[in-house]
Amino acid sequence: MSGARTRTRPSGGENSRPDDPATEPSARLNWSRKLVRTEAGSAAVLGGLAVIWIFFEVQNSNFLTARNLTNLVLQTAVTAILGMGVVLVMVAGEIDLSLGSATGASAAVLGVLLTSQHWPAGLAITVTLLFGLLLGLVQGIVTTQIGVPSFIVTLGGFLAFAGVQLALIGGAGQIAIASPAVIAIANDYLAPGVAWALAAAVIAGLAAAEATRHRAWSRVGAGDGSWWPAVARVAAWAGVLIAVTAILNSYFGVPYLLVGVLALSLGLSWATRRTGFGRHLYAVGGNAEAARRAGISVGAVKVTVLAASGLLAALAAIVSASRLYSVDASTGGGTLLLEAIAAAVIGGTSLFGGHGRIYNALLGALVIDSVENGLDLIGQSASTKNIATGIILVLAVSLDALSRRRARQRQ
Amino acid sequence: MTSMASTAPAARLSATGVVKRYGPVLALDGVTFEAYPGQVSVLVGDNGAGKSTLVKILSGSVRPDAGQFAFDGRPVRLGSPHDATALGIATVYQDLALCENLDVTANLFLGRELLAAPLAGPLRRLREPEMFRMARDTLDSLSVRLPSLRTPVGALSGGQRQAVAVSRAVLWGSQVVILDEPTAALAVQQTGQVLRLIKTLASRGLAVVVISHSLPDVFAVADKIWVLRLGTNAAVFDRATASSQEVVSAMTGGATLPEEGSL
Repeated sequence: MSGARTRTRPSGGENSRPDDPATEPSARLNWSRKLVRTEAGSAAVLGGLAVIWIFFEVQNSNFLTARNLTNLVLQTAVTAILGMGVVLVMVAGEIDLSLGSATGASAAVLGVLLTSQHWPAGLAITVTLLFGLLLGLVQGIVTTQIGVPSFIVTLGGFLAFAGVQLALIGGAGQIAIASPAVIAIANDYLAPGVAWALAAAVIAGLAAAEATRHRAWSRVGAGDGSWWPAVARVAAWAGVLIAVTAILNSYFGVPYLLVGVLALSLGLSWATRRTGFGRHLYAVGGNAEAARRAGISVGAVKVTVLAASGLLAALAAIVSASRLYSVDASTGGGTLLLEAIAAAVIGGTSLFGGHGRIYNALLGALVIDSVENGLDLIGQSASTKNIATGIILVLAVSLDALSRRRARQRQ
Repeated sequence: MTSMASTAPAARLSATGVVKRYGPVLALDGVTFEAYPGQVSVLVGDNGAGKSTLVKILSGSVRPDAGQFAFDGRPVRLGSPHDATALGIATVYQDLALCENLDVTANLFLGRELLAAPLAGPLRRLREPEMFRMARDTLDSLSVRLPSLRTPVGALSGGQRQAVAVSRAVLWGSQVVILDEPTAALAVQQTGQVLRLIKTLASRGLAVVVISHSLPDVFAVADKIWVLRLGTNAAVFDRATASSQEVVSAMTGGATLPEEGSL
């Protein structure tokens, strides 16, 4: 377990002595300690992100401008979407190596439908999403029904989908995307007033959700009734939303794409942390045999996440096509898959299943794309970018492992 | 040594004439077993005596070749784990089947989460505060002490995990709780806690079945001691009147007492 990145495990053993008279069976929650415990990992990633941003700002004062931050947000979207797929699959204890190729093949489907077949954008997008879903579904069924490890199944998918992509794109080498609706996805911005109204609505919604949860927990007598953790969380999110809206509004505005990615991550976070399905997902990743004996359909959970991963690949394909105005043989290729996995892992997702959050993918993707963006800005080559990203990946996981070992030694 | 008195109150769970063959091996040869409400019935026996096979049959995961089963005197079938669960027979195996990454409440409700009504299917919202309250009440009623119900089970001690696994059976209203070697991997202090919990279960009117290798543990909790030997009933003892020498003698064949007096 030494390499596993467990965010929820308490670092102190001070409460674990069973005969300690202070440990009441009615389990009083220490909210502040719990908050610190669960947020510590994210704080480390945020700290690392701050260091990266300051470094590049010192190197080139264009880094922290509204224009470059807008660019960074758009650049991060594809990695973040794929990273969320990686989190889903890795929490279930599986892996999806076909994400990049599935993105490429889905992009090729979209390109062919729009350009060669002249389908309307809405229909082409729908079919592209279904295509990605199908790729993931087939891999999920082969993994669970035949019992081939997902590493092998998706390795096969990785090769096969790349072949599909090449076949669809054909000799042309590149398919230009001209559909205004598709182009709008990554290139249109909210009007400043709409962006502010949306930010206000989201903050109000978060506050209402926190208040509802706090009341429900207080009714059953859990916790010390303190409001401050809830207030702190809402204030932190409000601060981030206001700052982001203000900065982006000072350039082109808040991109539709950012709203979409945040809404997606909110929805997936809810599905994984607050629903019956989510609970089963973590159970399957934590101990598949225990989950099976408890009556949970392990196969259904694994098929669902692999299918969702394929669907997210198709979504990333649409975003990529929209951003680059074209689809070619390199779409979804290169280091994209590995960056998506790195994003999930840097953010704190365990390779061994059962641990990881959707927002890990957002934070990790932001770290990786900040480095890429910054190195581009100071005129470094692809070789430097790859070396830097690789070092950051290993550094992030090493720091986490070291802090965990120190925590164990303190016990 | 007492005979199986017919004047005793009705057994919650009884098995008679249980036969199980694995190929040429006769694992159980007409075994009888009874578990009474409010009592701890301990199964002892040497390796290969058939304890595990009998427990697997009682929990529905192994089908017997012959045998009659009755629940509160009424004949029942134990063909699958589902049959056993439906009757309220819960088995806590040695590996406990807990998810270490999930907290105590999540483990207690694993596979039977309380979900909010609106929407349909698996994406319904978890009713976490309600589950927390039920989990806390159950653990309180069993005097189980844990640091916090929000603690991942992986951070608990072996005894605490055993308590969580047992509490799960109680939370779901089980009538019969079968514990497979509950103290095998535990330190002395934790063993004491688990033995107290076993007595608490019986005092709540549950029929408790314990498999154990440890004679001190057996004598600490048992009301009845069932000795199996080579797939047959060797003896049944009342704890109050039995000595450990008699039990060992029954386990090993009874003709001679090895190392007499050393126990």
